[in-house]
Parts: sequence; structure tokens; C-alpha cells
Amino acid sequence: MAEYRLMKGNEVIAEAAIRFGCDGYFGYPITPQSEIMETLMLRKPWEETGMVVLQAESEVAAINMVYGGAACGKKVLTSSSSPGISLKQEGITYIAGAELPCVIVNVVRGGPGLGTIQPAQSDYFQAVKGGGHGDYRLIVLAPASVQEMNDFVGLGFDLAFKYRNPVMILSDGVIGQMMEKVQLGDFKPRWTDAEIIKMHGSWATTGKTPDRKHNIITSLELDSYRQEKFNHKLTAKYKTISENEVRFEEISCEDAEYLFIAYGSSSRICQKAIELARAKGIKVGLLRPITLFPYPTKKIQSMLSKLKGILAVEMSAGQMVEDVRLAVEGKVPVEHFGRFGGVIPTPNEVVQALEEQIIKRK
Amino acid sequence: MTEEIIIAGFGGQGVLSMGKILAYSGIMQDQEVSWMPSYGPEMRGGTANVTVILSDNRISSPILQEYDTAIILNQQSMDKFEKSVKKGGTLIYDPNGIIHPPTRKDITIYKVEAAEEAAKMQSAKSFNMLVLGAFLKIKPIVKLENIIKGLKKSLPERHQHLMPMNEKAITRGMEIIYEVK
Repeated sequence: MAEYRLMKGNEVIAEAAIRFGCDGYFGYPITPQSEIMETLMLRKPWEETGMVVLQAESEVAAINMVYGGAACGKKVLTSSSSPGISLKQEGITYIAGAELPCVIVNVVRGGPGLGTIQPAQSDYFQAVKGGGHGDYRLIVLAPASVQEMNDFVGLGFDLAFKYRNPVMILSDGVIGQMMEKVQLGDFKPRWTDAEIIKMHGSWATTGKTPDRKHNIITSLELDSYRQEKFNHKLTAKYKTISENEVRFEEISCEDAEYLFIAYGSSSRICQKAIELARAKGIKVGLLRPITLFPYPTKKIQSMLSKLKGILAVEMSAGQMVEDVRLAVEGKVPVEHFGRFGGVIPTPNEVVQALEEQIIKRK
Repeated sequence: MTEEIIIAGFGGQGVLSMGKILAYSGIMQDQEVSWMPSYGPEMRGGTANVTVILSDNRISSPILQEYDTAIILNQQSMDKFEKSVKKGGTLIYDPNGIIHPPTRKDITIYKVEAAEEAAKMQSAKSFNMLVLGAFLKIKPIVKLENIIKGLKKSLPERHQHLMPMNEKAITRGMEIIYEVK
């Protein structure tokens, strides 16, 4: 039988990275995600697998170390929390512009500015709509459990290399600090240099040999027409991702007249709210987007004919709700309910919001 | 079966580790578990609490507003969480340092003089295991053998020699809890 462990979400990110054959972690401490680097430092993977773990002098340095590692075809990872992720944005857009794979973990806390160290989901816009400059997208995965913190490290690297695109794991202080039971993956060896050349030699800077041209990693293109052509290439890639990589979970949706849409820790609170609401006879279900980009737009559209209203629940002043409204196009009422600034909504508040903002609005 | 518990007290009383042992014990008997600590500024200023859920089913919210059981170990936590016990639920408290004892009539209230007992045993570190034992007497949701396994898993290597002391404290805790009528 599989062995289960009791671990914090943050600790699991570290353990999963080692087990997935990650080559390097570069970070700078910030609450509520410091356990990621602390766990790596305790585990000393450089002795076991050769994985590099480095506390950089700043978040800016850390993301540029990731940029360098990714350029060499290595599996590299960084993590931070909201203010630190803001600092990384320049590096992230360069990585996206250079079409490099990497995984970035954001264990979100309340903002803006230094904000609070408590959980929030107020970095949705930053993760999904840009954050850095230029026409680029991150693939954004939203774990709702400690198990998914484990699973999404592997999935994140798989998607990052499949599309040569940075992947963000958008977690929050609840999932990062909580302990749950988790089944860790088996150990995978790190790629050898020969394997990296075989798989990624067409683009990675693995050392030029006489039989091929230089592989140049850059996000600079001074010829506007060539830059536009490259932007078209990126757009086509994002379209392919949108068509093939949408992930979501439906809970109690079979007979639902009302729908919560929530990701991450808010989706957990909504599950409790469903128990409470159904005890009162309210038929409500939950759609939990697992990928935030690509967003399950078509899935939402396919559910509308049976729905009387949708409540988007998120720990922000209203960010993801905009994507819900874009999907719904005014066909059913959509409202937002959130607590923010580090305050976590209670399941009762969510049920009350559903009753007041959606059910009684007629 | 689902049991939703809050354990609340001062930092240093072993609140978080008590919760961790309980959660590990749940895993030992194939249950779903969650352990959600307060990690905010309050833990830097003294109070600490943890929400532990053990269930036969998938756990929905790891953060709750009402609990089946509240284990309360200081006055601030009493002020905050007495009202959060579900109607018909259980409140267990250590009277040490409690100026305003609980007054609710719609819940069952138990007292465990764990701080006093730990002093008698000359083992301040046994405090949280006395409380855990007391809780298990009232709510035998995990088997003692699984608690021992959970304890073993939770203790770092350097503290494994403390197992007998902890086991003794759990057993003693079971003896000293009593209902407040």
C-alpha cells in the first residue's frame, strides 16, 4: 500500500522538486512560503541528486538564475510570495519572451504593497493576465490541496517543457501552511547532459558542436516584422494550450441550479458551503478551475442552460469574476463574493452571499 | 465520522504538535486529515491555535467557524472559541490561568488540570500529552495504538527517547479529566 505522509504544502513543493529530478532551486525567503527553501536546505539534495539549492541575494537575482538554468535546458524552480513575485516580473517576461521552461511558485498573501502575511488570492490578475510587460501568458495551475502541491510540480515541469513556457503554481497561505496527508511520487533521476542534448539540444545552450548552428537565447528582436512574426508564434502557442490543457473539477454539479466558481483554498471553503446550503435545500454545485490560464471558459458556457446564477468566490476584491463574466456573456446573473486582506471567508458567509446576492435578487 | 477540532492556547504549550500527532494518528487508521495552524502575527505575540479535522470522507474546508470539540488552554482562547463550539459539542479546558470559566449550557464541558499534573510529574513538557490523553478519553476517535504510532512519526529522531514519558502522560491524562456540571 502507498505510504502517506503528513506534510505542509510548502514542504511538499520542496520534496516534489527533489523527487521529480529538479536541477536547481533559486529563491529568497518570504512568509508564507519560507518552508520551501528551508525544507530544501534541510534535505540537502545536492548530496543526494546533485540538485542545486541557492538562496540568492534578492528575488530579482533568483529569477535571473532561473532564466540562466532554463536556458541550459535544466529543470529549474523558484518560489516566493506576492511582493517577491512582483520583483520577479521582469525576469518572468524575459523567460516567456525567450520561450524557456521553468516553474514559479507563488504562495499568495494579501496586498497591495507589503500587505499582510495572511492568505489571499489577490494575485490572479498578475498571474493570469500578465504581471510583466508584453504579450505573453503563463500556464497557471491552482492547487487546492497538499496533494496537488505535490502533483503540480511534476505536471508543471511537464507542461513547461512541452510548450517551452513558464508555469506558475498559484497557491496561497492556506495551502502552503496547511498539513494534509500526501502521497509523494517516486524518485526520478535528474536528466543527464546527454539526455538534455537529445531532448532539448535544438534550442538549449548546451554547448555548440560543429554539426549545428548556435542556439541563441534572447527576448530581443529589433526588427518589428520579425518581432510581430514571433508574437504570432506565441499567440498560436497560447491558443494550442487553451485548446488542450484546460483542467477543472466539478463537485455536486449534476442537479445544480446555482454554481460556485472558486479555485484554490476558496474552493475548499465552497465545498463546505455546499454541504451547508444543500442541508437547507439549495441545489448548488462547484466548478473548480484547476488551470487559471487556460481558463475553463467553454466548460462554464456548457453549464449555463441549467443554471439560475453563479457566485464567484475568491479571496480578492473581484478578479477571477471577470473571466467568469467573459464566459457567461450576461446569460445568467454573476456575482462576486470575497473576503480579502488576509481574511478568509467562512462557509456560512458564502452561503449567505449566495442567498442574498443571487437567490433573492429577483 | 468527521470530527472538527480546535486546539488553542499559548505558544510553547505544544498546541501545534498535539494537533500534528492527532492528525498523524488519523492517517495511521486510513482517515483523511487536515491540520491548519494560525501562522499570522498572533503566533509571534503569544497565542497559537490549530484546526484539526479527521474524517472518513474527503475534507472540504480546512478552516472552520464551528467545531465539534474545542480544547482551550488559556483565557484569550476561551474568549475567542467558547462561542464557536457547535450546539451539543464538547469543550475541554485547563483551569490554569482561566479567570472566566465557560458558561454555556448547551455543550458538554470538561476540565483537565494538566498544568498542575505536569508540575506534579515534574515534566512541563508532558503538558500537551496529558491534554491529548484527556481528549481521547472523551472522544476515542483514534485508537491508542495509532496515537503511539502517530507520536513516533511526529517526534524527531533526537526525541525518540521521550516516547515512554509521552505515553505515560497520555494514559495519565485519560485518568484526570472530569465533567463540569
